This record gives sequence, C-alpha cells and structure tokens, in this order.
Amino acid sequence: MAGGKEIRNKIKSVQNTRKITRAMEMVAASKMRKAQARMKAARPYGEKIRNVSAHLAQALQDYAHPFLTKRATVKRVGLIVVTTDKGLCGGLNTNVLRTCLNKMKAWQQAGVEVDITAIGNKGFGFMQRAGANVVSHVTQLGDTPHLDRLIGPVKLMLDAYLAGKIDELHIVYTRFINTMKQEPVSEQLLPVPADRMKPVSAHPFEYLYEPSAQAVIDDLLIRYIEALVYQAVAENIASEQSARMVAMKAASDNAGTVIDELKLVYNKTRQAAITKELSEIVAGAAAV
Amino acid sequence: MAMTMHVDVVSAEEQIYSGTAEFVAVPGELGELGILPRHAPLLTKIKPGALRIKVANTNDEEVLVYVSGGILEVQPHVVTVLADTAIRGQDLDEAKALDAKRKAEEALSNRSGSMDYAKAQAELAEAIAQLAAIQKLRKRGH
Repeated sequence: MAGGKEIRNKIKSVQNTRKITRAMEMVAASKMRKAQARMKAARPYGEKIRNVSAHLAQALQDYAHPFLTKRATVKRVGLIVVTTDKGLCGGLNTNVLRTCLNKMKAWQQAGVEVDITAIGNKGFGFMQRAGANVVSHVTQLGDTPHLDRLIGPVKLMLDAYLAGKIDELHIVYTRFINTMKQEPVSEQLLPVPADRMKPVSAHPFEYLYEPSAQAVIDDLLIRYIEALVYQAVAENIASEQSARMVAMKAASDNAGTVIDELKLVYNKTRQAAITKELSEIVAGAAAV
Repeated sequence: MAMTMHVDVVSAEEQIYSGTAEFVAVPGELGELGILPRHAPLLTKIKPGALRIKVANTNDEEVLVYVSGGILEVQPHVVTVLADTAIRGQDLDEAKALDAKRKAEEALSNRSGSMDYAKAQAELAEAIAQLAAIQKLRKRGH
C-alpha cells in the first residue's frame, strides 16, 4: 500500500493546521467584540470635541488659527499610516498600503514630498523598504491602545506643520464598517477641512475664555487632531480583529475541504491495494 | 424643582460620566469654578483634580470624577468636560515627541532586530511566490 502512509501523514498535518486556525478565529472573535466596544467608547469624545471646535471656529471668525487656514502652495505633506502590528489578517494591510502608495505617487507626480509617520509594524516595515522618509513611528500598541503613546508622533507632525515644514497632514487607516467589511480610507487632518467645522447649532455662542482665547483654541485643536488619530487607531484594531476572524474562518474551511479531498484519495488507494491483493491471492490459488 | 443642566465627561478612550446635574465644581486653570445652570458660555483649560458633580433629583448625592486635565466647555444648559487620559505638559509632550523622533532615527540607522525580521519575512514571501510560479510553469511544461 504505497502512498497510504504519506497521505495519512498529510491529513494529520492539515488537521493540525485547522486546529490552529480555528483557535485563532475564536481568539480574534472575542477580541473583536472588545475592540468594537473600545471603538464606540472613543466616539463621544470625538463628537464633543468636534462640536466645541466648530462652535469656536464660528465664534472666532477674526482669529485665523494655522490649523484652520489653507495654505496657497503645498510643497511637502505629512502622512500618518495606520496599520496592524501582526499579519494573518487577510488583505487589510495590503489595501491600506496600496491606498498610501497611490496617494504618494500622485504627490510625487505633483512634485510634493512626503514625510511618513508609521503606526504599526507592517506599515513601518513597508515604508522603510519602499525608501519613504519615515520621521517617526509607534509599534506594539497592543489590543488596548493608549493615547499616551500617540502624543509624541502626532506632536512631531503638528510641530512640523506649525513650523511650515509640511503644508498638509493626511491619515490613511482602515475604517470599520461591519464584521465582514472594512475599507481603507484617507482623510485630511490639517488644515481641518471646512465641512468638518460646520457647527451643529445655528446661533453662535459668545464664549468667555480662561486664560485666553488663543491658549484654549491651541489646546483644543491639538486634542482634536489627537482624538481623530486615536479614533483611526481604534477603528484599525477593530478592523484587524474582524479581518483576522474572517481570514481564519476561510482558512479553517479550506483546511476542511483539503482534508475531505485527501481522505477520498486515501480511500481510493486503499481500495485499489485491497483489490490488487485479492486478485493476487485468487490468481495464486488458481495456479495451485 | 431646581434647575438642572446636562453634564458630559468624556475622554478620548471612553465616556466617563453623562447625566443631569444641579451643580458642578471644576478645577479650572485659574482657580476652582462652580457652575450652576444658565452659566455664561465659557471655555477654559482645567487642571488635574477632581470634578464634583451634584446629581439632579437626589438628596445632594455627589459624584467625584478625577481628571488629569483637559478642557471645559460651558453652555447655558450643557456642560462638557473633555478630559485628558494622560498627564499633559509642555515638557512632557516635548519629551514624547523627541523620543518618537529618536526611535525612528535609530531604526533608520540600525537596521537590525525586528526590522531584519520584517525584511526577511518580505523576502520569504517573495521567494515563495517565485517558487509557486516555477512550479506552475513546470506543470504546464509536462
């Protein structure tokens, strides 16, 4: 029975692989729920800070903050790339990085240089290999990202923007739509697009400021950008977990099909071997 | 019934408190602020400290929320506290920014450790793709 043992070994190995992918699927499923909750928990802050900033922009038409004013010429842009730390999550990172590359190509053609801040290992490695100018990076944020870790890299970009080194700041990340669907999106952070600054209520408030209007606005807008980046990171993690769950489910299903096919082959060879043996015995008996 | 206002305390990572209140005490940057309903619109930075929220329609029940700084927005019937999750400060933020920059520079100049791993992984993926292509070609040849 040649080949029988080999096929048996192969079945065993595929079964082991399926065990691993199943376990990863279940781990991702439980992490996904938590990541989604975290993503939702971060939303109120984003909305509130947006509303406050919008009220402020309306109340203070005469003070043009650099974050809110568009620059005439764009020579250099900053790009924050949000990817995962680990692989095995389907085409998630590939899609994000493809979106990045398209944007970078478009900028290159327009003669605009790009500075990169990489959040997550995959994007960092990719950008380094691609020879992009990576000015800062954060990796190993884990399943519970903390704003604390993001302050530094974001501040670098904000400082570069204020100093006039970069004229725009963009972010590319994966938006979580639902468990089955995530899509890479690219958004402009700075200067803050005008449509984001539409106030919710029509009548403007005349605020009192302590200690001064400028100090409060500066702080507020920095936090606003940080909140957007944090939200992007939280969405990215939720996307990662659900993409991994789906990818691992597909892998487990595929392993099942492979096992079925191998079993069929195994049984066929077994049957063939038995038939052969039988006919040999019969032939032997007839000869005697 | 006493007048009330809506109070929201949110941080970037979670919603900390949301409800109606009769009175809120906030550690403002220029001193403690006591806010009652129909307070004039106000925007201020707040210092690390405890918020004291007197919950509406209870017997003077108070909620204490610790915040490590942030921004307070007051509208006549809505009080919003945008709390920081981290202790902030000019110097601390600066240090973090410098740290991030240093890390990126280090990684650029010293391509070892995890970077090599990522590179090796990419090369491995490429090699596997090439092998698969060769195998396909061979199959077609036979």
